[in-house]
Amino acid sequence: MSVFVIRRLMQALLVVFLMSVIVFFGVNIVGDPVYMLVSPDADQADIEAAIRRLGLDRPIWDQYLLFLKGAAQGNLGDSFIFGEPALKLILHHMPATLELAFSALMLAIVIGIPLGLFSGLYPDNPISKGIMAGSILGFSLPTFWVGLMLILLFAVELGWLPSTGRGDTATIFGIETSLATWDGLRHIFLPALNLALLKISLAIRLTRAGVREAMSQDYVKYARAKGISTKRIIFVHVMKNIMIPVVTVMGLEFGSLIGFSVVTETIFAWPGMGKLLIDAILQLDRPVVVAYLMIMVLFFVVINLVVDILYSILDPRVRLQDQGA
Amino acid sequence: MTAVLEVAGLKTHFFTHAGVVKAVDGVDFTVNKGEVMGLVGESGSGKSITGFSILGLIDQPGRIVEGSIRFNGDEIANAPEETLKSIRGNRISMIFQDPMMTLNPVLRIDSQMMEAIFAHEKVSKKVAWERSRHALGLVGIPSPEERLKAYPHQLSGGMRQRVSIAIAFLNKPDLIIADEPTTALDVTIQAQIIHEAQKLTRQTGTAMIWITHDLAVVAGLADRISVMYAGRIVEQGLTDDVIDRPLHPYTVGLLGSVPTANKRGERLFQIEGMTPNMLALPEGCAFAPRCRSASAACKAPPPITHIANRDIRCFNPQAQAAAE
Repeated sequence: MSVFVIRRLMQALLVVFLMSVIVFFGVNIVGDPVYMLVSPDADQADIEAAIRRLGLDRPIWDQYLLFLKGAAQGNLGDSFIFGEPALKLILHHMPATLELAFSALMLAIVIGIPLGLFSGLYPDNPISKGIMAGSILGFSLPTFWVGLMLILLFAVELGWLPSTGRGDTATIFGIETSLATWDGLRHIFLPALNLALLKISLAIRLTRAGVREAMSQDYVKYARAKGISTKRIIFVHVMKNIMIPVVTVMGLEFGSLIGFSVVTETIFAWPGMGKLLIDAILQLDRPVVVAYLMIMVLFFVVINLVVDILYSILDPRVRLQDQGA
Repeated sequence: MTAVLEVAGLKTHFFTHAGVVKAVDGVDFTVNKGEVMGLVGESGSGKSITGFSILGLIDQPGRIVEGSIRFNGDEIANAPEETLKSIRGNRISMIFQDPMMTLNPVLRIDSQMMEAIFAHEKVSKKVAWERSRHALGLVGIPSPEERLKAYPHQLSGGMRQRVSIAIAFLNKPDLIIADEPTTALDVTIQAQIIHEAQKLTRQTGTAMIWITHDLAVVAGLADRISVMYAGRIVEQGLTDDVIDRPLHPYTVGLLGSVPTANKRGERLFQIEGMTPNMLALPEGCAFAPRCRSASAACKAPPPITHIANRDIRCFNPQAQAAAE
């Protein structure tokens, strides 16, 4: 197991390095941040001073090496706009995004898996057909449009839930979160639902496909021949088997939830990393964009590793191969 | 001898889009206490469906349309699910063909064994575990304590099938239906498994239906043999009678196509033609198109006749030896 983890960490390092090259040079192609920063009536000397101050007078590979040197020491550069370290800015906005993504994932699991189980067990039931039709909508409706519709319905027309912001937060286990207060929960529900919609549909389809496949397997027929109760067959024999793909995919999707939160955070004015990124892109705040993308790469690498480890816990067959390696 | 299982006029049909598949079409047989009956036939002859029908495990679009299945005198054909559930794995248990596919890959052997006990009896975990360990010992599995903690993929094919047999005997059933239990195993392991099953049935007085396509397997194991073709039993009698003096042309053909040491170097006998399309069976005898002794009479369905100490469905029974 430890050999496996070490090998994976080495691979992760390579991925992070390659991504840093792509991200850094990619971002430096777009636009000229200097004209966003200096006042419109600045003269040539002011502009040149700004260019020097931001370090943009050096050749690009030199800038990259400087960035790499800083990154190795945990410094991803200072924001052009705020003058603060980009990493600090992102870490400051991260809890809000993480709690949103986490809530969305929970919604996807709590809503998606039971619905998928039902439609997998009773595929010809009209309710199942309704669930499947709903999941197609969840897949195909654009997130921003659904977000606007949710606001229109629940915040504007019915006035049940607030449409923007994070609400009151409280600290539990040293983490400041809006999940700890009633007001915070009221604020997070709509954006979390909006973000979760795609993943709910995914969970439904994955679970349904898994259940339908597992129910036709010999081990289910054998369990029936042993006189095992239907409840145990579904919740032990079938569920344990289909949890393998469901956990894998849903775990990997956690990264994309954080990524997709850019759209949801913008619509619901959720003060998270996504909103920070959109603002940074609009203001050509290169260090923040680069730092955000690097953090995301790290996230995906870590999530992949965690999923692999979870997978080996769920599937005894994987465990054995690992011992042999 | 008392009958454990009496099957009469059993018909299990599948209602598919392409038409009605008469997988089992009028099957009669009786299994007595402690007796081993070999149910022999090609793939698709309906032998497995017969086994599943007894346990009420026929999936849509199939169902038992006619006939009676009496188990210890009680009618269980189309019985309520609760009744069947209390019989399955308890009074009648089943061994499947491929133990790789039938043991759940993500559950340990102990939970798969103990659940079979818990499904029918309220006993403590300790008692259930002890019984499971004892059962594994009975089928000749070394160090059963360790094996109980293993997952199916950690055991060999023969070991897994021993586990299935142990599970089948766990609740001391009256009848075991073994559906091609040795087909997926190599020949030496086959012999061990057959020996193990035979020993246990003798010891416990459990009756057994051994479903197979391999006449050689049942020749040494079964007390009686029923040969099935296209959903019907075409010949039924004591093993020695059927093996030594087969009457139905199909049984003759089957026995003729078994490779033996005496026929070394010769071309192996083959029954002409193919297994019939179950969607379009001929009006009369289903074997007639492939039969060398078919006559005009075979256009009508042959009734069951009792000759030479056995039941047979044929207008032109053969008397000559199989080796011909």
